[in-house]
Amino acid sequence: MKPMSRRKLVTTGVAAAAGVAGLGVAAKLAERYGLIPPDHRGLYGPGETLTYAAQRVLTAHSMAREFPRHMISAAPFANATAPANALFKGHQANGFRDWRLAIDGMVARPMSLSLSDLKTFPVRSQITEVACEEGWSYIAEWIGTPLVEVLHAAGVLPQARYVAYFSIENDWWDSVDMADALHPQTLLTMGMNDGDLPVGFGGPLRLRVPRQLGYKSVKYITRLTVTDSMKGFGKGLGSASPEGGYSWYAGI
Amino acid sequence: MVLGSISNPATARHSVLVRVTHWLTVVCFVALLVTGAEIVISHPRFYWGEVGNVMTRPLFTLPIPASRDTVPTGYHFVMPDQNGWSRYLHFQAAWVAVLVGLVYGVSSFLNGHFRRDLVPARGERTVRAVRNVIARYVHRVPAEGADGRSYNVVQRIAYVSVIFILFPLVIWTGLAMSPAFTSAAPWAASALGGRQSARTIHFFVSGALLLFVVVHVAMVVVSGFRSRMRAMVTGGGEVPEERL
Repeated sequence: MKPMSRRKLVTTGVAAAAGVAGLGVAAKLAERYGLIPPDHRGLYGPGETLTYAAQRVLTAHSMAREFPRHMISAAPFANATAPANALFKGHQANGFRDWRLAIDGMVARPMSLSLSDLKTFPVRSQITEVACEEGWSYIAEWIGTPLVEVLHAAGVLPQARYVAYFSIENDWWDSVDMADALHPQTLLTMGMNDGDLPVGFGGPLRLRVPRQLGYKSVKYITRLTVTDSMKGFGKGLGSASPEGGYSWYAGI
Repeated sequence: MVLGSISNPATARHSVLVRVTHWLTVVCFVALLVTGAEIVISHPRFYWGEVGNVMTRPLFTLPIPASRDTVPTGYHFVMPDQNGWSRYLHFQAAWVAVLVGLVYGVSSFLNGHFRRDLVPARGERTVRAVRNVIARYVHRVPAEGADGRSYNVVQRIAYVSVIFILFPLVIWTGLAMSPAFTSAAPWAASALGGRQSARTIHFFVSGALLLFVVVHVAMVVVSGFRSRMRAMVTGGGEVPEERL
């Protein structure tokens, strides 16, 4: 092997030192600007953090693709069946009249809203695609109240960083950062394709997060908790998905 | 200095940069291939256009059982579902592959590796030159005058196609499946005909890359496994006579 020249040695050394220092600075900046996902530890943490950080920078104000009406899927696929638990069946039996959404945590005015309360907020509809991590997808029109409207009404405290949301199904919960929580397309969805949201698709209330994969759009929502850290929730990984082996951030 | 001399062990057949990026790419490719296959079996149906699911007609279906019971496959059993870590690893390996590819690509432009070693030489860019090389392969005639240090036109076309066509295409079609990425760059999906088209193209490009790897490894074995491996691991001083 050729002996390394002094110039090359110095250049390589400086480059390596700059690289290490750069990584340190990058980590500090990333933490400060909220570019580190809750599931950043472990073997796959680096890739997950790169994806989340890169996409947060890239998609700060971007809107999920919306489609013309004629592209709405004639036969959407509901995937999982309705929850079997007795609590849900009770609600279903009386037409979801007593369904309530609690908003708590870091808010000035905790509240509990019925579905008709929710309908008094501004309503938005959007034609977006649901893409499952398995690979399939469909397009539907989703009608509901933007999450941001409800969060404003509740008065989110400035230190808030995440909104956790919980299904009536045990152990089905997730969370999004404030970028997705305050995003105009993140909908507390009550209607689909000009009708009520069918139970198979998450009715009576599903949080649609169209800039992420289908599994972030949790069905049968009963509670929202605003928080500055996901540490106290489950295993502290941000949602039930990483506990089951799936990434918290699903923008891919 | 004697350029290209086979008796000069100081001259590396492959530069350090080429060797390091080659093996990092190998690790990433294996990880991407295994996890990609794992992800595919959760829904071994392919579609064209924007959407596709079990309620719509597939473009084609792989004749394998699925790892999810919601997909009709004709089989009466469901394969083990390993999608979670497969997805984590797929994207992590993709990141490493893209970063390694950037280092390799930028350096190879600057140091002339592409121009010197990979782009077919001016006089070689003819159908006849390609046919000559293929005929030589078919009849297993040793290359005349070649010292085994530079690539022939067919090899160059293969490498250039992988680097400048298949790699960019597999990255693009991968990103086109990301709902977040396409929110910032909707053209990434629409230019391909939609999300499901992107997924289908991603599958075929991966197949083309696998085909390249199989042929590449076969050629390495045929032309002298030990010397070729030595060349890609240590740089390899002496080069034995080309056997192809």
